[in-house]
Amino acid sequence: MRQPLNPRLNSGWLFLINVFWKGITLFLLINLVFAAVDPVDRIAKISAYNVLFPGRPRLPFGEDPGKSYNFSLFSLEAMFASHEIAALPKHPGEFRVILLGDSSVWGTLLKPEETLSSQLEARVSSKCDGKRVRIYNLGYPTISLTKDVLILAEAMDYQPDLIIWLTTLEAFPSDKQVTSPLVAHNYHRLENLVSEWGLNINLDDPEIYHLSLFGQTIIGRRRDLADLARLQLYGILWSATGIDQVYPQQYPKPQVDLTSDPSYHGWLPQDLPRSELALDILDTGMLIAGRVPVVLVNEPIMISNGKNSDLRYNFYYPRWAYDQYRRLLQEKSHQMSWKYLDVWDRVPAQEFTNSAIHLTPFGINILAEQLETTLEQEVCK
Amino acid sequence: MNWEQILWLTGGAVFLRLFGRGRLRLWGLLVASVFVVFWLQPPLPIRGLDFWMPMATIGLACVGWALTAPRPLLSWRHDLWAGTVILLETGVLLGVQSLLPVGAILPSDPPQIMLVLIGCLLGATLIYIILRADNYRPILIWSALAILILCLVVLKNPGLLQMTASGLRMLVGQSATLAQSTDIRWLGFSYLAFRLIHTLRDRQNGRLMNASLAEYLIYMVFFPALAAGPIDRMERFLKDLRSETGMGAADFIEGGKRIILGMVMKFVLADSLALAALNPENALQVRSPGWAWGMLYAYSLQIYFDFAGYTHIAIGIGRILAIHLPENFRQPYLKPNLTQFWNNWHISLTQWFRAYFFNPFTRWLRTRKPAIPATLILLLSQSATMVLIGLWHGISWNFLIWGLWHGLGLFLQNRWSDWSKNIAPAWIQKKNVAVLLKAASVGLTFHYVALGWLWFVLPEPAGALRFFLCLLGRG
Repeated sequence: MRQPLNPRLNSGWLFLINVFWKGITLFLLINLVFAAVDPVDRIAKISAYNVLFPGRPRLPFGEDPGKSYNFSLFSLEAMFASHEIAALPKHPGEFRVILLGDSSVWGTLLKPEETLSSQLEARVSSKCDGKRVRIYNLGYPTISLTKDVLILAEAMDYQPDLIIWLTTLEAFPSDKQVTSPLVAHNYHRLENLVSEWGLNINLDDPEIYHLSLFGQTIIGRRRDLADLARLQLYGILWSATGIDQVYPQQYPKPQVDLTSDPSYHGWLPQDLPRSELALDILDTGMLIAGRVPVVLVNEPIMISNGKNSDLRYNFYYPRWAYDQYRRLLQEKSHQMSWKYLDVWDRVPAQEFTNSAIHLTPFGINILAEQLETTLEQEVCK
Repeated sequence: MNWEQILWLTGGAVFLRLFGRGRLRLWGLLVASVFVVFWLQPPLPIRGLDFWMPMATIGLACVGWALTAPRPLLSWRHDLWAGTVILLETGVLLGVQSLLPVGAILPSDPPQIMLVLIGCLLGATLIYIILRADNYRPILIWSALAILILCLVVLKNPGLLQMTASGLRMLVGQSATLAQSTDIRWLGFSYLAFRLIHTLRDRQNGRLMNASLAEYLIYMVFFPALAAGPIDRMERFLKDLRSETGMGAADFIEGGKRIILGMVMKFVLADSLALAALNPENALQVRSPGWAWGMLYAYSLQIYFDFAGYTHIAIGIGRILAIHLPENFRQPYLKPNLTQFWNNWHISLTQWFRAYFFNPFTRWLRTRKPAIPATLILLLSQSATMVLIGLWHGISWNFLIWGLWHGLGLFLQNRWSDWSKNIAPAWIQKKNVAVLLKAASVGLTFHYVALGWLWFVLPEPAGALRFFLCLLGRG
């Protein structure tokens, strides 16, 4: 027999229905307000780094978070907030140097104390009386000038006194500029750079991730929000262990025997097409740096002596393309009166680790030695 | 279980509650529970094993029923129908799966239909023989208990598990050299075994409530509690199962609250804490005692939120189905001594061990000649119980040490309580002092339990000892 409906049962169902529709309404409302206010960048600046635990010596990046206590995210605000550069306002006596570049500057397979920033700082910190030289590692894996410019624009808020910008030919092809996920996921920043500094980037490039209205809601940005929380949580194990990347016992060595393919980036031996290189993005970077001196460095590459090494320097570069690039950068620097250092061949092949640009600690030591004099001149002048 | 599976199960429970009234409810629960046994089984590398394990779960439950069912049966027609429904459902699952992509229902391609038929026929024959061989029931029940314990021993021992995996691989023509202990993961077997032992022992003692095949099977593989408990008692479960259910808005409200609370505990708190919690890898990397304590605290909270979260979800889904599963956690970290901690941590497991091991073992020790001192009996029974609970998690040195840690802790706490109640000065009764003492006791108990987790989470005792020294600033 069916049980009669009693008033208590009715009030219970009424309560459930109320909870349901109020819940749905609030959920939609909060999502719409969230999309309108877009608070993610502001939330990203709230960080436990430099407060509860020390700042990271390099920007967060990692492909195996469970083991490296580090991972890649796209919020530059959060990345900088977690970096030691955001720890305190700049000390009056501090001479602040920032290093820009790719994974070779960031320090793939290197411990924080072995990176270029640490080794350089150890070399120059006591050189100029009264100046407390601090060198910050703002390198970030993935090779793209636009990515460097994006980081530089954010770094200018931290009042650098000198910028050392290491780069290589791979960072120049125009069609590579937005392939870095950090660039592709920072549409609004690119838009600002385009409008403020005239950055030459096609904002309609399909590689660039555009947020729809749904994408701006809490649901749409759940991954970004979760990343912000994860960055804080990984800070605990980073602090506890000092580990921020995986150091495998064995890794594949860079290719020594090379292909006979003479093409570079689809271009055959001829004049390296200037119009296809993002030299203007280098100009934008220099504009953003403004009065802060910049030292442009063509970073070391591995020069192979294996098969077809008469055609190519390494896996990345055929000789003709790289030689032209070096001349081009030299000319451009001279023409623009940029301070330029070309240290492309200063590190022997055995001092490269798992790629033709990643150096061993000793390789970094050689590079630091090459940069020391220039740095000293800039710091002590 | 992931959150998608939990949402599906919740949806299924809501559907069953709204549309499954009277007899429909029983049959709906039977069909759903059997389905979920197959659906939740993780894929396994040994060919066909992820089909045969759910089959074995259902087979074991049926054998358990045959061994414990009243003679004569409550209604043989009803039981025959239940058996037919189970077989038909298995057939339908096989048929539907063949039309769907792999993994839609069953985790991988099922074995050949002929093999399944032979398996079902053998199972049905076994059940028929058990039902007919009433005179041999006592010995059959003892044999079943021995087989269950043997299965638990094999499944909890990585070495034996690897050997078994090796044998199974050879049986299906796969390379035995690739065998690993992780090749065999039998979803919910531990809890199934506890429920089976409970019903078999209670049948031996004449305390078991009579149940039909459908009721017994639903109790054994009740889908909200299949993977992580709690371990209900059959008489309590059947009372809920047999009671008439109304529309039950209160059940939906309470069930919904528990599911949301459980999901927050599991997927927000526990999963976040897991990123900072102690594990065998980071135990070797930690640089200072302060951070080591932090990682240990994170693990202590993670394991609580993880397990208690799943329990809330199970209780919540159960509640939607009008089944009041027992509570498993009642703020265990806020208890002032170890006895109270264990009375409030994984309650259904500790009650099970109390009923089926601690009490009989203590009684047995008390009847020994010459008489064993009461203090020694307490030490032996508490240590043995906790060691068994430890070994249930895995037969290895670290779980043995964890069990001893708690057995010894319970014994010492018991002795201390006994001794201190006679010498406590009057001022200790003052309210402020009592509050402070309680806070200190809670802190001490929590830290004792947290230090115990070291042995639980770190598989190598040497590594655990090294970390223990690190906590003390000596690592």
